[in-house]
Amino acid sequence: MIRGVIIMNDQGKPRLIKFYEFQPVEKQHELVRSIYRILCSRAENVSNFVKVDSLFGPDVRLVYKTFATLYFVFVFDNSENELAMLDLMQVFVETLDKCFSNVCELDVVFNFSKVHTILDEIILGGQVLETSSSEVVKAVEEISKMERNANSILPASWQGR
Amino acid sequence: MNPFSSGTRLRDMIRAIRACKTAAEERAVVRKECASIRAAISENDQDYRHRNLAKLMFIHMLGYPTHFGQMECLKLIASPGFPEKRIGYLGLMLLLDERQEVLMLVTNSIKQDLNHTNQYIVGLALCALGNICSAEMARDLAPEVERLLQFRDPNIRKKAALCSIRIIKKVPDLAENFINPAASLLKEKHHGVLLTGVQLCTDMCNVSSEAHEHFKKKCIDGLVKVLKDLTNSPYAPEYDISGISDPFLHIRLLKLLRVLGQGDADASDIMNDILAQVATKTESNKNAGNAILYQCVVTIMSIEDNGGLRVLAVNILGRFLSSRDNNIRYVALNMLMKAIALDSQAVQRHRVTILECVKDSDASIRKRALELIYLLVNENNVKLLTKELIDYLEVTDPDFKEDLTAKICSIVEKFSPEKLWYIDQMLKVLSEAGNFVKDDVWHALIVVITNAPNLHGYTVRSLYKAVQTAGDQETLVRVAVWCIGEYGELLVSNTGVLDVEDPITVTEADALDVVETAIGNPSSDLTTRAMCLVASLKLSSHFPSCSKRVSDIVRHHKGSLVLELQQRAIEFNSIIEKHGKIRSTLVERMPVLDEATFSGRRAGSMPPSVSTSQGALPKIPNGVAKPTSAPLVDLLDFSSDDIPVPGGSGGDFLQDLLGVDISPSPSQVTSGTQKSGTDVLLDLLSIGTPPAQSNLSTLDILSPSQDIKSPVDVLTKLASPSPSAQTSTPVGGSSMLDLLDDFGTTLSLPETNGPTYPAIIAFESSSLKVTFNFSKEPGSPQTTLIEARFTNKSPNAYSNFVFQAAVPKFLQLHLDPASSNTLPANSNDSITQKLRVSNSQHGKKSLVMRLRINYKVNDKDVLEEGQINNFPRDL
Repeated sequence: MIRGVIIMNDQGKPRLIKFYEFQPVEKQHELVRSIYRILCSRAENVSNFVKVDSLFGPDVRLVYKTFATLYFVFVFDNSENELAMLDLMQVFVETLDKCFSNVCELDVVFNFSKVHTILDEIILGGQVLETSSSEVVKAVEEISKMERNANSILPASWQGR
Repeated sequence: MNPFSSGTRLRDMIRAIRACKTAAEERAVVRKECASIRAAISENDQDYRHRNLAKLMFIHMLGYPTHFGQMECLKLIASPGFPEKRIGYLGLMLLLDERQEVLMLVTNSIKQDLNHTNQYIVGLALCALGNICSAEMARDLAPEVERLLQFRDPNIRKKAALCSIRIIKKVPDLAENFINPAASLLKEKHHGVLLTGVQLCTDMCNVSSEAHEHFKKKCIDGLVKVLKDLTNSPYAPEYDISGISDPFLHIRLLKLLRVLGQGDADASDIMNDILAQVATKTESNKNAGNAILYQCVVTIMSIEDNGGLRVLAVNILGRFLSSRDNNIRYVALNMLMKAIALDSQAVQRHRVTILECVKDSDASIRKRALELIYLLVNENNVKLLTKELIDYLEVTDPDFKEDLTAKICSIVEKFSPEKLWYIDQMLKVLSEAGNFVKDDVWHALIVVITNAPNLHGYTVRSLYKAVQTAGDQETLVRVAVWCIGEYGELLVSNTGVLDVEDPITVTEADALDVVETAIGNPSSDLTTRAMCLVASLKLSSHFPSCSKRVSDIVRHHKGSLVLELQQRAIEFNSIIEKHGKIRSTLVERMPVLDEATFSGRRAGSMPPSVSTSQGALPKIPNGVAKPTSAPLVDLLDFSSDDIPVPGGSGGDFLQDLLGVDISPSPSQVTSGTQKSGTDVLLDLLSIGTPPAQSNLSTLDILSPSQDIKSPVDVLTKLASPSPSAQTSTPVGGSSMLDLLDDFGTTLSLPETNGPTYPAIIAFESSSLKVTFNFSKEPGSPQTTLIEARFTNKSPNAYSNFVFQAAVPKFLQLHLDPASSNTLPANSNDSITQKLRVSNSQHGKKSLVMRLRINYKVNDKDVLEEGQINNFPRDL
C-alpha cells in the first residue's frame, strides 16, 4: 500500500501532502521535515529508494525524484514494487504536465486543489487506481467541465479568476 | 456582510503568504485569514464557504490548526452543487480523520451521494470513502459499494473496487459478500477496472481464507490467460509506459498469482509456463520492463519450487546487477538477499558481479552488496573474496571503511584455512584500516599468533615492516609492539625465515625504535603506551645493548601524570635498577594463550573455564600456576569486565602487583609479565625448573604447611581489600618486589595429600571470602564434593548467614547444612558447608555456579551475589 504522497520544493516547503493513513497535522509536518533532511543529504547519482523504517515503521520505503525545483516523494510499504512506484510517479508527473502544460512549482502552489483531484484519480486509499495518464486527464477534464457549468450558474466563482 | 469575509480570494491569500519574508509575517497573515474565516463560519456565510474551505486546506498544508473548519466540510458535502461537494469531500479527506465523531454525521450524506444520478458525484463520494472509511461506515455503506461494482461506467467500477479494499480491511467479515463481484471483475476488459479488480482479489486473499480458496479454485486459469494475452498483446499506446504495454497490470497479475501459488504445488504448476514466458520475453532495457521482471522474480521465488524457474529468476537478478541504473541494482541486491536462502548455489554464480557492487559509488548499494558477499563466503572462495575486499579497502572512502573492516575481519576469522594466511590478512587489514579494527579482533589475532610458534619470527618481521609504513594505525602499532616485546630477538636474529619472506636486517636499536616512537607518539592512547612500557622492559632483557635506552624511557615515564603509566614506570624502574638478577626470568616470553577458551569467552556464551582443550593441563594445588589458561584469557576479554570474575589465582594477584589491571582494558602484555611473575614465584621458592608442566610435583614437595589455607589466601591477604567483588585488587602503592620478597618467607603451601584439584577463591568481596576445596568420590567421576569455607573479613560479626547456589541444567546440586549460621568478625573462625555437584556433561563442560549470600550485620540485611567461573577443569 502507498502510505503517502508528498510534493515539496527544494527549500523543504510542502506543496502537497497526502497521507493515506491518518496523521495529525503536527506529525505530518515532522515527517515532511525529516524526509526533507534525508533527501537533502542524498548524493547525486544514487538510487532513488530510501528506507524510512525509523519514520514509518518496518519495511517502509520511499522513492523520490526531483523535477525542476520540486521533490516528488512516494512513501510505500513492502507490498508495492519499488520500480513500479517509480513508474507511477512518472505517470503522475506526466499527467500534471498535460493538465498544466509544462507544470512548474507555481502551478502546483496556486492550483493545489486541482493537483489533489489529479492525484485522487491516480491513487485511491493508498491503492493504484489508474495508470494511464490520458485516462486521468480525461477524468480531470470532465470534473473541470462540471465545475465550470456549475460556476456559470453560481456567481461566486470559488477559484476567483 | 462581515467586513472581513468580502476579503481576499484564494489566489491573493496564497500570494500574500508567499510574499512573507519571515515565519512571523506568515503567521500574521494566516492568523488574519483564520480570523476572517471563523467570522464567516459564525455568520453561516454561504457564498464564500467553499472558498474559505479551500483556504483552510492550504493553511492546513502549511501546518496550522484548522479544526474549526471541519463542520464546514459537512455543510458543503450536503449542499447540492458539484463545486461545493468537490471541495467539501477534498476537505473531508484532508482535514478530518476516521477517529472523529464528525464522520458519523457524514455517513448519511455519502450514502445519498453514492446513489446520486450524477456519476461524478458518485465518484467523489467513492473516493472520499476509500480514503477515510471507518469500520462503522464500512458496515453501513458496504451494500452501496458492492452494488457500484457493477455500475455501467468503468470509472465508477474501478473506484468501487478500491473502496471495497478499504472496507474489507476495516471489517474482514464483510469479505465474503465481495467474493463473487470481485471474481467477475477479473473478467473485465477495461484496463483500469481489471487492475483494481486484481488488487481487490489480492487483498481479499490476505483477509479471508475463504476468498483465497475460491480464487485458487476458480480463477487461476483465467488469470494466466489474461497475463498471456497481455504479454503477447500488440502495442497498446494508451497503457504504454516507455514502450512496455501496461506494466502495472502485469505487476498486479503477478502479485495475485504469487498469493495464489504460495504453498500450492498444483496452482504453481499451472502458472510455471506463463512465468517463464514473462521472464524471457520482457524487455529489460527500460525501468517498466525491469519492474515486471522484478515482480516476476518475486513471484517465482515465492511459489512452490521449480528448479529451472528459480535459476532463471536468479539470472535475471544477476543481469540487473550489471545494469547502469542504481535503482535496478538496488532492488536486485535486496532480492538476492532473499534468494540466497532458497538457492545459494545460483546466487554464488553471480559473485563477481556482486563484488563489483561492493565498489559502487552509491553507499546504500555498497552496504547491501557487502552484506550479500558476507553471506556468500565459504571455505572455497574465502581467499579470493578476501583479497578483493582487502584490495578495495585501500581505495574506499572512510565512511565505508568501518563496515568493510568489520566484515573482512569476521570473514577471515570464520573461514581462515591456515594460520599463515590468517595472520597475513589481518596484518593487511591492520595496516590499511587499523583504526577501525575492534579490540576483540586484534586480541584474537594475538591469541592466534601465540599459538603459531613457527610463525613468530615471520609475524614479528612482517609487523615491523608494516609499522614502518602504517605507523598511524593504532591497533597495528599495538600488535607490533606486543610482538616485538615478545619475539624481539627473532626479529633481530632472523630466526625461522619462511620461503615467502624477503630477508631484512633489523638491529636491536631499530626494534626499540618502534616501541619508543609509539610511546612518544602523542596520539597513542593509554593502552598503547602501557603496552610499550612492558615491551621495552622485555626488550631490556633480550637486548642488553639497549638497556640504557630502556631505562631512560622508563625513567621518563616515572613522572607521567597518568597513574597507570607512572606506577608501571616506577615498578619497572625498580626492577631494572635493583633486581637485575631476576629480571630475565621476570620478563620471559608469554605462555601460549588458549584459543578455545578465548573464543568461548568472546562468544559470551561460555564461562572462562568451560573450555576443555589442553587435555594435559597441569594440576596444581592452587592457583599459582593455573594462569596458563583462564586468567590470561580474562585479561584479554574486555567484555566480561562487568561480571565479577573471582580470579582466585596467584596469577591474577601477581598481575595486580605489576599494576596491570587498572585500565579498563587489561592488555595481553600484562599477561606476559604475569606469567613471568609466576616464574619469579617459583624462583623465590627456589625451584629451578620452568613452571607449567612440572608444577604439581614441585609445589607438592614444597608443602610444609603451617596453615591449612592455600597460598592463594596468603597472597590475597597481602592485598588490601578491594571495594569490588573481584579478587583483582590493586595493591595500593606497595612495591611489588617488596611483596615478592615477603613472599618467600611467608609463603606456605597446603597440607594436602596430592589433591587432584586446586582450591579456588570462589568469591571475594571487601567483607567476605569464599573458598572452595574439591574432592572426588572414588568411582564416580561425575560427582564433585565441594567444601565451601566462608570467612568474614570485616570487624563485625555476621548473623543469619545463609548461602545459596544455583547451577545450569546440566548440573545437579545438593547442599548439606552449614556448620553454623553466624560468622565471627575478623576471620577468627569460618563457616563450612559441603556441596555435592553432579556434572552430566562431565568431560565436556566445566562447572559453573552462581552464588548468593545473605546475612545480617549490625541488624542490617546484606546480600552478596557472584558467579563462579574459575572452577578447575574436568570437574
